Amino acid sequence: MVFHLDKCIGCHTCSIACKNIWTDRKGAEYQWWNNVETKPGTGYPSKWEDQDIYKGGWRRDDAGRIHLRGAGKAKGLLNIFHNPSLPTVEDYYEPFTYNYLNLIEAPAGDDQPTARPVSLITGEPIDVKMGPNWDDDLSGTPDYARNDPNFAALSPAEREAMFQLERMAFFYLPRICNHCLNPACVASCPSGAIYKRGEDGIVLINQKVCRAWRMCVTACPYKKSYYNWHSGKSEKCILCYPRIEAGYAPACMHSCVGRIRYLGVVLYDADRIQAAASAEPGELVDRQLDILMDPFDDTVIAAATANGIPDSTIKAAQDSPTYKFIKQWRMALPLHPEFRTLPMLWYVPPLLPVMASVTQTDGAQESKLHPVAKTWDDTWLYDTSTEELWGSVEQARMPLAYLASLFSAGDTAAVADRLRKLMAVRIYRRWKTVGDVSEAKMTSTLQAAGLTEQSADDIFYLTALAKFNDRFVVPPAHREQAMEMIEFTGDVKGSTGFGFREQPERGL
Amino acid sequence: MTVPNVFFFAALPYVAMFLFLGGTIQRYRSRGFQVSSLSSQFLEGRALFWGTVPFHFGILVVFLGHLTAFLVPRAVLAWNGDPLRLIILQVTAFSFGLSILIGLVGLMIRRFTNPRVRMVTTRMDVVLEVLLLAQVLLGLWTALHYRWGSSWFAADLSPYLWSILRGEPNIAAVSAMPWPVKLHIIGAFVIFGVFPFTRLVHLLVAPLHYLARPYQRVMWNWDRKAVRNPATPWSRARPRNT
Repeated sequence: MVFHLDKCIGCHTCSIACKNIWTDRKGAEYQWWNNVETKPGTGYPSKWEDQDIYKGGWRRDDAGRIHLRGAGKAKGLLNIFHNPSLPTVEDYYEPFTYNYLNLIEAPAGDDQPTARPVSLITGEPIDVKMGPNWDDDLSGTPDYARNDPNFAALSPAEREAMFQLERMAFFYLPRICNHCLNPACVASCPSGAIYKRGEDGIVLINQKVCRAWRMCVTACPYKKSYYNWHSGKSEKCILCYPRIEAGYAPACMHSCVGRIRYLGVVLYDADRIQAAASAEPGELVDRQLDILMDPFDDTVIAAATANGIPDSTIKAAQDSPTYKFIKQWRMALPLHPEFRTLPMLWYVPPLLPVMASVTQTDGAQESKLHPVAKTWDDTWLYDTSTEELWGSVEQARMPLAYLASLFSAGDTAAVADRLRKLMAVRIYRRWKTVGDVSEAKMTSTLQAAGLTEQSADDIFYLTALAKFNDRFVVPPAHREQAMEMIEFTGDVKGSTGFGFREQPERGL
Repeated sequence: MTVPNVFFFAALPYVAMFLFLGGTIQRYRSRGFQVSSLSSQFLEGRALFWGTVPFHFGILVVFLGHLTAFLVPRAVLAWNGDPLRLIILQVTAFSFGLSILIGLVGLMIRRFTNPRVRMVTTRMDVVLEVLLLAQVLLGLWTALHYRWGSSWFAADLSPYLWSILRGEPNIAAVSAMPWPVKLHIIGAFVIFGVFPFTRLVHLLVAPLHYLARPYQRVMWNWDRKAVRNPATPWSRARPRNT
């Protein structure tokens, strides 16, 4: 999976598609398997990135071995009666609806009837303190942006600069389950209910085996495993596996308005997962890239075939848009690799190219304002012209250290490398279509970014023009076998349908 | 040997055993989805800590203590041969009993006062908590007023329980017990009988197998390698769905 953050417009269509299909149920109202966060911001659940609070993910000890931070065999079983790092409903938000019926049924009176918010847990009227996307577009506000854990990587001066109204910048970060290669949720489940599917790498929770020990909620550093308080089971993104098995893209990706999402097969060497997850902090991203295999390499193809990977899947890996973004062009980075789960959702970092400077002027603007309008003591002009067409990556509005804290465990060089490629493709296209950039400038930029005209064209195509079938290369699950992937058809011969035959309700 | 004694100490244990076995099998088979304890920590976490931790560790120790006296009464009696060791055992058991009481009262207050937790409370939760409270109070009362319980339990009640298991209940010893002890025994049978119909079933799925398994789990629903091999019989290549 690759999410191209430069294209995300923060419309939340993905979240709504997911919510309507999967989590519009009692006990799951608060769950957003897909959510879109404003960065800088605290996210959902609040400050999920701060593992001093939530104790998620893996931690590397001095001997170079990795351990679950807040779960695992010893800690999980000792804390089984009360999990000290479990987020509670306040960390997400109390789900609510409105008492709409009152608008219709209120008796005649002097006042307009109102629809009061009602808790979806207790049914009692509540004062709404938080809701879905509560920090949407609120970067720069003291309650949200200033509490972003990633600011720890910035100097106080850099931090303050980001909170200046004129300097403020933000971008959107859509998040779903990363379907990690080294999933902490799987490792933390005492019941063994969570597993990674060999066929497509989707991480699933077997609802019948889950016994509500809730360790996965703690262990997942991305907080993408949720506890359903009504059914007493943990739930998470299933990457719309019924759709994938039928050859469709997941609902969130299918509905993406900005077309930021790419889905494709990536072959990997499972034997080296543990070594990659235990790598030195600075090498995490590179080690993870190392275990992703080249689908055109003959030895890789032979090994995949020997391991029972169908030819159709290998073909899909060769056509995979994600392999190109992640490994071939190295334009994407995983979210918080320092959690050591080897997330397989990669992000093309946002370039935020609109550069602006703020300068004092002579007060010419002020004369145009209405006399009652408030004016600043100083006179400022918001100036978007720069020496260069686009400024250099190092002067980007979003400090590199901030992006590095999100995407590369603090390695600013890795982020700058990705951003330079984004910039180079822009300059290349500008040279090609508008022509106000010199050829020398274009070639030098491409060279500096390690691209050729051919690869720049390919990147441009896959970024801007890619059609549905270019963005989603889902190998056939072999529909004739799809049913058998779920269950042995012989067991249910003669019965109606398959799957749950029991209401997920609690009576005892 | 009066009729109530026969009913409570010779008949009730078998009713309880039947309900326990039959009910557990029935619940696992027909409502396997619900074989767990519905956690409410997500809805309220802080007060839960002060209830659930003393309760669970207390009941773990006290239950294992009863189990030991039942399984190896001689060893317990031998341990109690030294007065100092006897006192240590009694005091330890009593303090863990108090820990259950404190935890249970805390849990009940939380359950009845927190509106969110009330939403996930079922009738059987209330029944079970009242039963457990009565049981703990009777146990503590017994420990206070009929001293050296660990010894007379091992000497008198363990043989009685074994006689039930052998199918020839000998209720002479238990009939002579004072009424709080009798009520405590009856309470135990009742809890045993309602076990499968309450959240207690989570005991049966305690995840101890976690210790033995590797951390990561990958499942191939469909072994393509085996399926493609014509020599593989279908029964070996069939997908697992557990």
